[in-house]
This record gives sequence, C-alpha cells and structure tokens, in this order.
Amino acid sequence: MTARTQPLNSTSRLIGRRAFLLPGLIIALILLVLCVLWSITLGAAKIDTQVVYQALFQYDPSNFDHLIIQTVRLPRVLSGITVGAALAVAGAMMQGLTRNPLADSGLLGINSGASFAVVMGVFLLGDPSLSTYALFGFTGAAIAAALVYGLGSMGRGGMTPLKLTLAGVVLSAFLSAFTTTILIRDQETLEKIRFWTAGALAGREMPLLLQTAPYIIIGIIASLFISRQITTISLGDDIAKGLGQNTAWVKALAALIIVLLAGGAVALAGPIGFVGLIIPHVVRFLVGVDYRWIIPYSAILGGMLVTVADVAARVVIRPQELPVGVMMAIIGAPFFIWLARWKVKR
Amino acid sequence: MSAKNPPRPSWITLRPRGAKFSYRIDRRVPLIALIIATFTIVVLVFSINYGQYNMTVGDVVLTLLGLNKDHPDYRNFALVVHTFRLPRILLSFLVGMALATSGTIMQGITRNPLADPYLLGVSSGAGLAAVVLIVAVKTISLYWLPWAALGGALLTAAGIYTFAWKNGTSSPIRLILIGIAIEAVLAAVTSTILLFGQINDVQQAYVWLAGSVYGRNWEHVYAIGGWLLIFLPAAMLMARQLNTLGLGEDTAKGLGQRVEWQRGVLLFISVTLAAVAVSVSGTIGFIGLIAPHITRRLVGPSHEGLIPASALFGGALLVLADLVGRWVIAPSELPIGVVTAMIGAPYFMYLLYRNRNA
Amino acid sequence: MTQLNAAHLSLSYDNTHIIHDLSVTIPTHKITALVGPNGCGKSTLLRGISRLLKPRRGNVVLDTHDIWSMPTKELAKRLGILPQGPVAPEGLTVHELVAQGRYPHQSWLQQWSPEDERITLEALEITDIAAFADRPVDTLSGGQRQRAWIAMTLAQDSDLILLDEPTTFLDLAYQIDVLNLLHDLNVERGKTIVMVLHDLNQACRYADFLVALCGGEIRAQGAPSEVVTEDLVNSVFGVESRIMQDPITDTPLIIPISHRRKTNLTETVLPSREMNLMPERETA
Repeated sequence: MTARTQPLNSTSRLIGRRAFLLPGLIIALILLVLCVLWSITLGAAKIDTQVVYQALFQYDPSNFDHLIIQTVRLPRVLSGITVGAALAVAGAMMQGLTRNPLADSGLLGINSGASFAVVMGVFLLGDPSLSTYALFGFTGAAIAAALVYGLGSMGRGGMTPLKLTLAGVVLSAFLSAFTTTILIRDQETLEKIRFWTAGALAGREMPLLLQTAPYIIIGIIASLFISRQITTISLGDDIAKGLGQNTAWVKALAALIIVLLAGGAVALAGPIGFVGLIIPHVVRFLVGVDYRWIIPYSAILGGMLVTVADVAARVVIRPQELPVGVMMAIIGAPFFIWLARWKVKR
Repeated sequence: MSAKNPPRPSWITLRPRGAKFSYRIDRRVPLIALIIATFTIVVLVFSINYGQYNMTVGDVVLTLLGLNKDHPDYRNFALVVHTFRLPRILLSFLVGMALATSGTIMQGITRNPLADPYLLGVSSGAGLAAVVLIVAVKTISLYWLPWAALGGALLTAAGIYTFAWKNGTSSPIRLILIGIAIEAVLAAVTSTILLFGQINDVQQAYVWLAGSVYGRNWEHVYAIGGWLLIFLPAAMLMARQLNTLGLGEDTAKGLGQRVEWQRGVLLFISVTLAAVAVSVSGTIGFIGLIAPHITRRLVGPSHEGLIPASALFGGALLVLADLVGRWVIAPSELPIGVVTAMIGAPYFMYLLYRNRNA
Repeated sequence: MTQLNAAHLSLSYDNTHIIHDLSVTIPTHKITALVGPNGCGKSTLLRGISRLLKPRRGNVVLDTHDIWSMPTKELAKRLGILPQGPVAPEGLTVHELVAQGRYPHQSWLQQWSPEDERITLEALEITDIAAFADRPVDTLSGGQRQRAWIAMTLAQDSDLILLDEPTTFLDLAYQIDVLNLLHDLNVERGKTIVMVLHDLNQACRYADFLVALCGGEIRAQGAPSEVVTEDLVNSVFGVESRIMQDPITDTPLIIPISHRRKTNLTETVLPSREMNLMPERETA
C-alpha cells in the first residue's frame, strides 16, 4: 500500500524513425497470429498444424480433434488475447491518466471490487456458474471504480493523481478486509472461489467470451478515438487545459474506458495483475509517448504475453495447469527487472 | 550583532552531566509521549480485563502486580492474565512499536510520507515462506513459523536490494520497480500454493497472512522484545542521519553525509524490524504507515523525537486494534490485520478529505 | 587559504559528455560567478568541483588534497554547497534547518554541543532571520527561505560556499537581497563564494571573477570589466549587445539589442562599441 509516484526518466524510443512504426505494428500483429496458432496446437493432446488449419477453415463436427479445437482451445486462446489486450490498454490508459508509471488497473480498486463482489456472490448464492461470476465481477469492478473515481474527484481541481491513489488505497483496503473476513470464516466459499481469484483461462468457453468481448472491443476502439487527448493529458493537467482540452470530460471518459476494459477482463478471467503494469512500459520503450501508437502496440503485445504465458501454464506441469497469472509473473518479472536495471540510470 | 534575545530553540537537549553524549528532541515530545503512554496503559488494562472469563479491573491490576496471591481464585486469575491474555496483548504492543519504527525509517529514507515498512518485499517474502510451511510442509508450529518467515523476509529484501544495486548506488526508483516485480512473482507463487493445498491448511494460511496474534505466547514476546531492545535504540541513534537525508541527496552530500552507506544501514534496520514483526504476527498492514504519519503532525519531522513517539503510538494503536478484534464478533475474534485495515481505510479517507483542494 | 583547483576535468552524465578537459582555479576570498547559456555545463562544473559528480578524468584539489580522497565530513567542513531549488521536509522550522548545517562537526555520540548551539544562533543573526527561527521553512517567502538555506551553509562554517542558481525563481527584491547577503559574507567574513548565475548583469555587478562557459568549455575567465565584451556576449549567448558602464557600480552593463524595437535612438544613445564611454542620457 504505497503511493509510488516517482516518475521514470523517458529515454528515446527503440523504433527511432516514425516510418517504422506502422510496419512494426504489422509485424507484431503477424507474430500474434503465429502465437495464437502455436497455442492452439499445444495442450494435453498434441495436434498438428495441418489439423488446426482444417479445424478452423474446414470444420468437421464429427472430427474429435476439430471439436477440441473449436470448443476448448480456440475460445481459450481468444479469451487470452482479449484479456491481455484489455488489461494492457487499461494499464496504459491508467498510467497516462495518473501520470504515474506504476499505476495499473488495480489502482482504481477494480480487482478488489470484483473480488469482493464475487466472494459475496458465492457466499450468498452458493454455487454460481461462470457466467454469474462474470456478472458479479463486472458489477463489483464497475461500482468500485465509480466510487474510487468519485472520491478521487472530491474538492476543487477535480480528479488528481494523488487523490485517486489515496481513494484507491482506501477502497481496496476496506474491501480486502471484508473479503478476507468472509474467506476466513467460511471454508466453503474459500474452496469455491480460490481458483477464480488466482486468475485463469481454463474452461472459458465461447458463450462467455461472446458476452464479455463486446465491452472490451468497444473499450479499445474508444481508447483509440481519444488517444490524442490522452497523450496531451499525460503531459500534465495545466498543459492540457492550456491547449484547450476539456480535461474533466477526457478523464471521465478515460475512466469509463478503463472500467470497460479492466472490468471486462476481470469478468472473463478473474483478477490478473502485472500485464497492465509491464506492457505499457515495454511499449513506451519501443514507440515513445504517443498514445496513438501506445494503444495498438499495447493491445497486441498484451495479447501475446497472455497467450505465451497461458501456453507455459498449460505445459509446465502437464496434465495439471497453473493459473495464467502465475506464469505471467514468472515470465514477466525477470524481464521487468532487466528493463529496470537497464533503463533507470540514477 | 544585535542585542536581541536569542530565539528559544524548538527542542530540548538531553545532555547527561559529564558525559560527551547529547541528544536533541523536539520540545513537544515529552508531553505527547506521556499522553500516549498513559493511553496505552489504560487500554492495556482494559484489554486484559476484557474476555470470556470475568474479572474486575481491580482483580486485573492486583494480579499484574502479584498482590492478590491469597485470593481463592488466584490460580485462575493468573492463568487468564499471565498465560492467555498478557502475552498476546504485550505482543501487539511490541509489534506495533516495531512496525511504526520501520515505517518511520522508510518514510524518512524515501522522503515519501506514504511509504510503508513492506517496501522491500518483506511481506511477500515472509508470506511465501509461511504459506510453504503451513500448506506444503503442513506445520503450523508457532516455533518454526517465525524463523521461516524471518528468513523469507530478509532473503527477499536482500535480493531486491542486490538487484537494484548498480554503479555504486541503489537508486530509490530502481528499488521500487524491482520490488514490485519480485513481489509479483512471490505473490503469484504463493497464490499457486494456496490453490493446490488442502482447504484446511489454506484457511490457516489466510489467517496468518491477514495478521493475527491469536495463541501467541511468551516466547514470541521475548523474541521480538529482544530484537526491539537492540534495533529501536539503534534507530534513534540514526535519527540525525534521517534528518539529513530528508534534505535531499545533494544537500546531504554537501553536508558531508555518506548517503549510500547511511541509507543502507537504515534500510537494514527498517527491514529487520518489519521482518521480525511479520514473523511473529503475520502481515499486519497500515500501522507502519499511519503511526508515523499522525505522529509527525504532532511532534514535527525531526526524527530524534519522531521515532520514539511514533513507536509508542504504533504500539498503542495495535493494542487497541487487538481489543477491537476480540470484541467485535465475540466470542470469535477478527484477525488483528483485518482490524487495522478497517482503521486504515477511514484514515485514508480523512487524508483524502484534507487534500481535496490540493 | 583554501584554494580550489580543477585540472583537466572531464564530466559527463552517463554517456553524454558535458565538460571536456577543463581547468580552472577559483580565487580565494573572492566571489566567482559561473555564467553561460543553458546546457553549457555551469551547473555540471559546480557539481564537479563540489564532489557531487565524479569526473571521468582530471581531478579537483582543495589546497593540496584531492577532494575525492578526503573523508566526506572533512571536505564538508571546508566546502559547502547549496543545490538548486532545495526542499525542506514539511514542518521543519528555520532553526532546525540551520542546525542541520552542523552535521560535519558532529558524531553519533556527540549529537549537539554548546558550540553547535552558538554557531547556529550566530548564523541566524548574520542572515537576519532570527525572528523567524520558530517558523516552518515552507511558510516563508522565497527570499526568506533562501536566506534560511544560506544560514544553514553558514552554520556549516566552511570557507567556501558554492551555490547553484541561488536567485532563480526569486522576486527581484529577494534576488538583490540574497546577492547582497552573499557579498557581505564575502567582504565581512572572508568566505569564498562560487555561484552559478543566470543573469549576466547581476554576475557583472557582484562577481570579482567571472567564468563564462559555452559548450562545456571556458570562453573567458577574469574580472568582469576585463573579460566582458560585446564579442564575448555574442559568442557565448548568441546575443548582439551594447555594453556600457553600469552607472551604479561601474561594472559592465550588457544591453541586448532587440531588432524588434530598435529605434534610431540606439545609434545616437549608444553610438560606440567602446565599453568605457558614458552615454548621453535622455531625460526620463
């Protein structure tokens, strides 16, 4: 529980020439597609790339392999990239909004709000379906975010990074205290939700994906629309106002987008951390500070990280699975440490 | 030079006659410390008095002082007071002192009034070690647990510090970033273990992680007491260094301070205190953050007085939190860490309100 | 006599070289001003000679001792530095801040001696802020705050005082105030002062010794009246100017020529490029 509000020094971006940004994006997209295909071939039963191709484009319902691909693997992989893209873009938005390079969607109390709502739901309703988890999760996230945003906008000056951070800490602490209390006192609830709270992609099926994906897609498109404004606001409130921007509207809209993205991700896969934190850093290092490029790159790289992590999670202790959140931390942390050592000079 | 009266300094100097030693504390400190100490003793007595076994306050005081040995119920009194209640309440006090001191140092080093004692991964390192012990090795032995937690905390802090060290400096920014990364890994591994463990063990682990003083005995009190006896005075002697660090790295260097070295020593003291606290009572949050924060407003930022005052205040807060935890859902009890979170949240609300026009 | 000497100094931040092979001797008991455009390395030089920045090459010698091989406290007793824009912790009083200046003279056992007390009070008197001693530093005005920080370096009791842009962001009245104080410290107490200044005219007025930097090199060093010429101003600052004699202090007064509002009066009022000519002044 720390307000870690130290700004990082920005260094020049890796993709130096602007002309390379678009090709770079396309290359990233191609890499993502390759990751997806690779992911589909892996799993408890190994399936050939040829079969995968057939399953996708010449679907034969009576073929067992095709069935696995269409009903189990494809939805799972697609959920993965959806969640990854959503969290990465939400994290980038959060960092731009609060000008705090250590912010992620957890700052708005989204994860603790979702967890609390889900735990309450399980406690009261017994044994809900995955869809119900999603509904509670999203609602909890949205309400928590609204509360945090409201608290963080109290007083003159509207929403400022400091107030938002304090508000986020307040609500997260409060909600986690209640959540922990319930879990300590009711073992049944603990048993049921502990897999969900670890954040996982197992068992995510097409219907659930189709329910939550629209929110995320809308969120990403909307974020692209206001990407220019986010770039301006990330330079500072005064500068943005001086350039004539209506900062209050932009902040509110950005917060709404974050809720859609992060809330949608939590609803789909449970609370997953780390993506929203490290992907924006990596992307900023690659493409600089222009959000018109940060957002698409974040989406793609976020999707890739989750996909790769999910493959690792499925394979590493075959036939058991690790939650994807764990693998991401294990893969991402060494990379992040290396980045911190390299980039931070003083 | 004008013939004005020299200004009365805002501090008192403690200078024992004859010795070359001197120590300077803000003049508000003695009064505040007295108030806090009185408050603590009162809460202490009431806390010992509260519980399932009924005793009057008089009985409690007499038992503590050992003056009612000829009372017919003395054996019961002694059992309840000296074996059940006093250890855990005293432990709360000592843990509160340790956490508050650790937090004060952290806030002084990072010049950030919102820093907490767990900055260097102490809580996640101790937590992982504890969870491994509880769930994988299946022991909740209150003997091994603290050692494991201590080891985990210190190893993690050392690891983060080492990773952040480059070119002769442990830049605070690098420390924070790498701390986050390592904490994420440890938290991930911890939650995996919790995922696959037996549900009973997992629930135990959750209780430990939330922070609790249930069932603690005199061994724990002696353990943390011993560490505090050494490290609290050490922290107080380092107060001057903290003051100078607070002026900024360049100014501190200009005054001749060996900034890296002093910072390292202070980090060591802070981390050790936090690790010891976590090892005996789990990861209790907020005290290390709130105690120094509030005390600073009462006695000012000079650390000579701030460290002891906030230690007292932290101890008092935690004794109070323990009492609330035992009272609120009696006869069950709420873990002390949950209570501090519930105290902490409103305090942050208050901070928010105070800063609303900033 | 504490003389500060930099020889063949090369200073850089990471891989950006700011200063290369620079040598300068800071005259004792005098006020030295480092001037130059932004990025010329004046702050870097100050940090280099005060041990805040380790040189890649070259050395800095105080009397006969290399400053990097001295114990830090020893150096602090002889050289004090006030960085740019210092910030005091919230709630710290002026008296407490000035008392911090005694750090190099203290040890962890002997934390506050009667000597410390006396010198701190003296510093408060000299800088004329004894009346504010009990007030928090962050409640003072910019000028008073700067005086408090200077009082802290005074309490340090060093022969040399280095200041990085002590007048930037201050109101004019406070700028003059601070500069006058530094001047008094130099004249009445023999302190050697080295300061980075932004305002060239102020530098000319107050400095005995001027060092003009550009692109990490010294373009000129010496008494202002000797080295400040229109050519120098042009080559260092890129500004065309006329230089006249400051009517108050007899030092060079640099008047930039702005071609926007140039009138034919410029030619009549300042007809010559000679610095010593007194211009005819029109009635105000």
